[in-house]
Amino acid sequence: MTFNNSTLAGTLAIAATALATGTAQAQMSDDAVRIGYLADMSGTYRDLAGPGGLEALKMAVEDVGGEVNGAPIEVFSADDRNSADVGANTVRGWIDQRNVDLVAGMVASSVSIAVTKVLEEANGLAIISGSAASSITNEHCTPNHIHWVYDTYPLAHGTAKAVVEQGGDQWFMLTADYAFGHALEGDVTRVVEENGGEVVGGVRHPFPTSDFSSYILQAQGSGADIVGLANAGADTVNAIKTASQFGLTQTGQQLAGLLIFLNDVHAMGLEATQGLLLTTGWYWDMDERSREWAERYFERVGRMPTMVQAGVYSSTLHYLEAVAAAGTDEAEAVRAQMAETPVEDFFARNGRIREDGRMVHDMYLAEVKSPQASSGEWDLYEIKSTIPAEEAYRPLSESQCDLVNQ
Amino acid sequence: MTMILGVPLAVFMGQLMLGLINGAFYALLSLGLAVIFGLLKIINFAHGAQYMLGAFAALLGLQYLGLNYWLALLLVPLVVGGLGMLIERTILRRIAHLDHLYGLLLTYGLALIFEGALINLFGVSGASYPVPEALQGGLNLGFMFLPTYRGWVLVAALVVCLATWFIIERTRLGAYLRAGTENPALMQAFGVNVPQLITLTYGFGVALAAFAGVLAAPLYPVSPTMGSSLLIVVFAVVVIGGMGSILGAILTGLGMGLVEGLTKVYYPEAANTVIFLVMILVLMLRPAGLFGKEA
Repeated sequence: MTFNNSTLAGTLAIAATALATGTAQAQMSDDAVRIGYLADMSGTYRDLAGPGGLEALKMAVEDVGGEVNGAPIEVFSADDRNSADVGANTVRGWIDQRNVDLVAGMVASSVSIAVTKVLEEANGLAIISGSAASSITNEHCTPNHIHWVYDTYPLAHGTAKAVVEQGGDQWFMLTADYAFGHALEGDVTRVVEENGGEVVGGVRHPFPTSDFSSYILQAQGSGADIVGLANAGADTVNAIKTASQFGLTQTGQQLAGLLIFLNDVHAMGLEATQGLLLTTGWYWDMDERSREWAERYFERVGRMPTMVQAGVYSSTLHYLEAVAAAGTDEAEAVRAQMAETPVEDFFARNGRIREDGRMVHDMYLAEVKSPQASSGEWDLYEIKSTIPAEEAYRPLSESQCDLVNQ
Repeated sequence: MTMILGVPLAVFMGQLMLGLINGAFYALLSLGLAVIFGLLKIINFAHGAQYMLGAFAALLGLQYLGLNYWLALLLVPLVVGGLGMLIERTILRRIAHLDHLYGLLLTYGLALIFEGALINLFGVSGASYPVPEALQGGLNLGFMFLPTYRGWVLVAALVVCLATWFIIERTRLGAYLRAGTENPALMQAFGVNVPQLITLTYGFGVALAAFAGVLAAPLYPVSPTMGSSLLIVVFAVVVIGGMGSILGAILTGLGMGLVEGLTKVYYPEAANTVIFLVMILVLMLRPAGLFGKEA
């Protein structure tokens, strides 16, 4: 068939009309709300989000009855294998073929940054629950994503400040020798010095490292009161295990973990982790409402939820309520609706979504219990103090996000 | 306090001790490689995977069969070594007459298969293996607090290394082995079953890797990728020591452990690369390796 100009113009006109009516009616795109859950489902970060996070998301969908304003909610998921390429390509496929409305989950910061760039081009929406990098809502902010649970800013500030105030003012830093470690080390050093403490030494170890004995020995010889761990995942677990084998805490030094999840503590056991101070966005046993939700989760999954998994539920529910209130699943309208409504549930206290996409809420300083003080397999933290939402996160006055300075 | 190059003596001594412990590991692993290469002329790239299989077998034995650490230390090398013999009989033998490169590629492929299969089954995060009860706690050496288990690793690895060296270099069986690889036709004429000897040797080299794997299980997270990262370092150790030299592998293993340990004190950023720097230097100045004979 020959393709003349008038047929082409006609087709375009029909397509344009279809699009125009679509937005004008302000309904759910193709009559369904589609949520894609993207996370590490099989690798290092599996236990902190992974299949458990997907289950939490499904709980939120069930709790609103599986539909919003009559439109069914569809959930699908994929494993990003901690690869930015895999994550970005998966989400591109979801946009093109499945008409995804919300991308949830997301752990490795590199994946989140790549995915949000894709969503910005396609005007989609993401809620990031697992990632640590505070740059996600700083230099990498977009109008198309929200960062829900925590980031490196409160991790460094909360833990370091509290530890110095408790008298631990001589620090030794054990830092993973790459961008994330350096950033965290820089933040911690600043906070320690601002609060009258001093960093007396440190080691930058190659990433990843399996044998920490030499570095632990150097920390023991440094005379510092506090050994700060500016690393994550397997490195942190290895460092803590080695410190325990070498009797670091028995000789009067204390570890300060900067990025530690409930599943890490559970895996290492209280014998190795007792006394560890950490900052967390949520803990299942912090009050009646959190316990109630955690018990429901436990019945389905068989493990207690991490802050990330709880955050997936909380953010999905907030999203679905916003879709219902706005009467559309169009990204910009939903995000505006979400930002208008304060976040106050079993997960977030005094929560609100700022213009940079950061959901600020109360954070907590916790101490890992001793085996004697623990009453059960999941009785792992004692909440020592609350860091108010407005103090916990990077103030907007220091923000490099374009959305803030507009 | 006495200082050595800006580091307190106690810390310095402690680091030497730790370097020696890591060195014992390198020695044990490079010894297995050296035995296999020296006697069979196979570059065994599956060595890391076999080390990992040893650790995994110990972990699974504990979880599913209640096999304790000491029995694992005895049985796991036998089982994994047996698997090695099966591989030699069914696959490696077919390419024995070809260039070294074929053996290298074949064993590398096997390593990828083992690793991939276990990742598929257990994920990459791995699990931890508890330190056996009798070896918990630590000793105060004055200059450092040494966890008992690490002390045990040093002793066990050194004993096994020296025993291996003794068997190959100082016994009749070892003499047969060396003669069998030197001139197989003549040995066969004397009535020695050379193919069987070769199978046993490969099995023994693999068993050494598995033994190291069981020793490592309580120290490092047991995961499918634990072997591949270590293998490259161990190969560098073998190259520095001289391919095929048994004593060279042991001494170089210990030496490189010390070099790495000191790097961790003076310039930790280079801890993962220092062994390769030494390798480059050695290859430039003594291409056959420190203890190698053939050029």
